[in-house]
Amino acid sequence: MSAGVGVDLENLWIRFGDFVAVRDANVTINGGDFFSFLGPSGCGKTTILRAVSGFLEPSGGRVLIGGNDMKGIGPNKRPTALIFQNLALFPLMKVWENITFSMEIKGASARERRKRADELLDMIALPGQGGKLPSELSGGQRQRVAIARALCAEPDVLLLDEPLSALDLKLRQHMRTELREIQQRVGITFIYITHDQGEALTMSDNIAVMRAGVIDQIGDGKAIYNDPATAFAASFVGENNVFRGKVKRVMGNEALIQTNRSGDLVARISSANQGRMKEGDAAMMFIRPEAFALAPKGATGTHFVTAKVNHEEFEGNAFNIFMEGDGGKELKVSIPNLGQSFEDHTGQNITLEYETKNAVIVPAGELAAE
Amino acid sequence: MKRFTFMRLSLWIYLGVFFAYLLGPLVIMSATAFNSPAFPRMTPWECLTFEWFGALFRDERILNGIWNSILVGAGTVVLSVAMGLAGALMLTQIWPKLRATYYTIIIAPILIPGVVLGISTLVFWDRINRMLGLGADSWLSNGLFLTIIGQSTFIASYCMLVLVARLQRYDMALTEAALDLGATHAQAFRKVLLPFMRPAIASAAVLAFLASFENYNTTTFTFGEYPTLTIELAQKVRYGITPAISALAFIIVVLTVIAALANEASLRRKELVAAARQKATVAELESGRLQLPGFFRSNWAAAALVAVACVTVAVAGTAALYSPAQCIADVQEQKRLEAEQRIQELLRQRELRRQEQLDQQGEAVPAPAAPSGSSSGFGGAFAPGNLSGSSEAEPEAEQEPQGNSSGFGNVFDPNALSGGSEGGGAGD
Repeated sequence: MSAGVGVDLENLWIRFGDFVAVRDANVTINGGDFFSFLGPSGCGKTTILRAVSGFLEPSGGRVLIGGNDMKGIGPNKRPTALIFQNLALFPLMKVWENITFSMEIKGASARERRKRADELLDMIALPGQGGKLPSELSGGQRQRVAIARALCAEPDVLLLDEPLSALDLKLRQHMRTELREIQQRVGITFIYITHDQGEALTMSDNIAVMRAGVIDQIGDGKAIYNDPATAFAASFVGENNVFRGKVKRVMGNEALIQTNRSGDLVARISSANQGRMKEGDAAMMFIRPEAFALAPKGATGTHFVTAKVNHEEFEGNAFNIFMEGDGGKELKVSIPNLGQSFEDHTGQNITLEYETKNAVIVPAGELAAE
Repeated sequence: MKRFTFMRLSLWIYLGVFFAYLLGPLVIMSATAFNSPAFPRMTPWECLTFEWFGALFRDERILNGIWNSILVGAGTVVLSVAMGLAGALMLTQIWPKLRATYYTIIIAPILIPGVVLGISTLVFWDRINRMLGLGADSWLSNGLFLTIIGQSTFIASYCMLVLVARLQRYDMALTEAALDLGATHAQAFRKVLLPFMRPAIASAAVLAFLASFENYNTTTFTFGEYPTLTIELAQKVRYGITPAISALAFIIVVLTVIAALANEASLRRKELVAAARQKATVAELESGRLQLPGFFRSNWAAAALVAVACVTVAVAGTAALYSPAQCIADVQEQKRLEAEQRIQELLRQRELRRQEQLDQQGEAVPAPAAPSGSSSGFGGAFAPGNLSGSSEAEPEAEQEPQGNSSGFGNVFDPNALSGGSEGGGAGD
C-alpha cells in the first residue's frame, strides 16, 4: 500500500480578501492512504481540496504531490481527480461517454473507450448501463459513475468532496463500504472531505479534524476518538459529555479537576497536552456516554458522578439515561443492553462511575455546535 | 351561474378581438395577394390570380434585396452570436461588484435608437476607411460589412440576453470537472459548455437572423451597395405598391408558420421520446428494441405541419395549372360596360346642363348650385366651368379620378376600356 503517491501540505495559507479560509495547515498524507478531512461546514476543508486539485492557488505555503511542488500547475496537469459534491456528471453525455471523458481528451478511439467503460462499469457493479443518460440513473448509481469517471483518468490521488452527502442513510452506509473496497483495490491515495464523523471513522486510515480554517488534530480514528487534542475535536467526533472546571493538581499523565458541579474528578490528560497543563488552568474533561457504568447509590470519590435523571430511553442496543449536566447540556449515559433488568430512574439521583483512562482532559476551548 | 357565463363570453369576445387585431392585417394582406386588381385590395373580389407571385419573382430588385438580406443576416448571426456568447460568459465570470455596471453597458445598445446606431456606424467606419486610405468602394464601406457591423451592435445584446438565461443554469463545476479530467480550457469549452449552450445558441441565431432581416432604421444608413429587402420595399412603397408585395408577405407568413410548426413538432417528438426512455427498462435500452413512439403519435404539431405542407403543394400545383385569363376578361368586359354606361350618363348630364345654361343665358344671375344630377360627387369642382366655358371640364373629368386611386378605381380610367388594369397601376 505504500506504492501510492503522497500529498504534503506545508504551511498552507488560503485567504479570500480579509477572510482566512485555511490557516497554516501542515499535513502529511502517505501514499495509498485513505485520508479524511473532518469538520463542520465552512471550516475550510473544501478549500484545501480545491488547493490540492489546482482550482485555487494557495496564498502561502506549498502543496506537494509525490514530493513535487504543484505551484503554477493547473488542475488539468495534476495527477489528481476530483469527485464533486454534486458529482458534476456531464448531463448531455451518456454514462459511458462520461466515464471515459478523460480518454476522449487524449484522443482514444470510441472502441477503446467503450471497452474501458465496460470494465469500469463492471467494477462499479453497473454492467450494461453505459447507454443511459446520467439523469436516468438513481442517486447511488450516479455516485458510482462519478467514481468510475474519476478512476478512468488513472489519477495518483483521488479527491472526494462530500460525495455521499446527497444520498439517503442506507445507501450512504453501503457506499462507505464500497468506497473503502474500491480504494483498497486500486491502491491509490484517497483524500476524503466530510462533516460526517461516522464516514470519517469507518473509512479512513487517518483523519484531520478541522475547525474554522485550523487543523486541530491529525491521527487515526482511534486516536481522534479516544485521545482528542482539543475540546472541539472531543465534542465534534462522536458523542461526548463535557465537565468544565479548573486543574487542581497534575499527577504525571493524570490530573485532578475541580469541576463546576460534580466535585473533584480525576482524568487522563490527552497525549497532545501532556506536560502543558498546570494547576489553575481552565480545563474541560470529556467522558463518552458508553464509558459510564452505574455505581452503588451514594458512592463518592474522584471517579464517581452523581446527578438527577431527566428522562430515559430504550434504543435497542442500549439504554440511554439523560441527566442534568454542565452548562445546560444534558449528561448522556449509554448502558449496553445485555439482557439485564433495567429500572426506571426518572426524577431520581443516580451515581455513575468511570475508569480514569476513559476520561480525557483538554484545555478549555470552543465546543462544536450541536 | 349567469354571471359566470357572461364572464366567459366576454373573455372569448376579448380573445376574438385580440386575435383579430393581431392577425387580421396579415389575413387581409395575404388575401390581396390572390386578387387580380393592381392595387392590393380584398373587395371587390375580382378574380383569383397567382400572377402577383410571378410578378414578385420577376422583380430583380426584390430578389436582389432578399439575397442581400440573407447575406447580411448570415453575417449578423455569426458575429452577434459570437459576441453575445463572449459577453454572456464574461457576465457570469466578472467580478461581482462590476457585474451591474457591465450589464448596463452591454445592454445599452438595445436602448439606443437604431437610427443613432446607423449614423454612428457610418461615421465611425468611414473614418477608419479613410485612415486606412481606402476608396469609397472598399469592402469596409461598400455596405455589406457596415450593415453587418451596424446591426450586430444591438443584435449581439439580444443574443447575450438569450444566452445568459441558459448560462445561468450551467453548473460551473462541469467545466471544472472537465479540466480536472485533463481537458484544456478549449476542450472543456468545446466538449462541455458548447453542447450545453447549443439550444440557446440556436434560439439566439434565429432571433438574430429575424432581427437582422426586419431591420430598417439602422440599415437605411449603412446599406451602401447592398440594399436589403426592407430597404427595397420601403423604396418601392414610395412609388406605390402592387400585390406583389402582398405575395412576398404571404410567402414569409407561410414560411414562418411552417418553421414554427416544424420546431414545435420536433420539440414534442423529443419530449415523447424522453418520456418513453424514462419508462423503458434496461433490457429494452440495451437491446435497442425500444419502441419509440411514431412521429405523428399524439403530436398535433407534426400533423398540422404536414397539413400545411400539403396545402402549400396543392396551391402551388393549382397555380401552375390555373389561368385566370377568362375571369379577368369577363371582369374587364363588365368594367367596360359599366364605364360606358357612366360615360353615357355623364354625357347626358352635360347635355342637360348645357340646355339649362342656354335657357338661363338671357337671365343675368347664374345659379351657383351644384348640379344635383351629378353622380360622381365631383360636381362642385366643375361648377366654375359652368360660368366660363363648358368644354374645358371634360378632360379634367377624365383625368382626375386617375390620380385618386382609392375611391373610384379604374372606372374612369380611359385605359381600362382598352388596356386592362395596368393603367390603374401606373396611376397609383
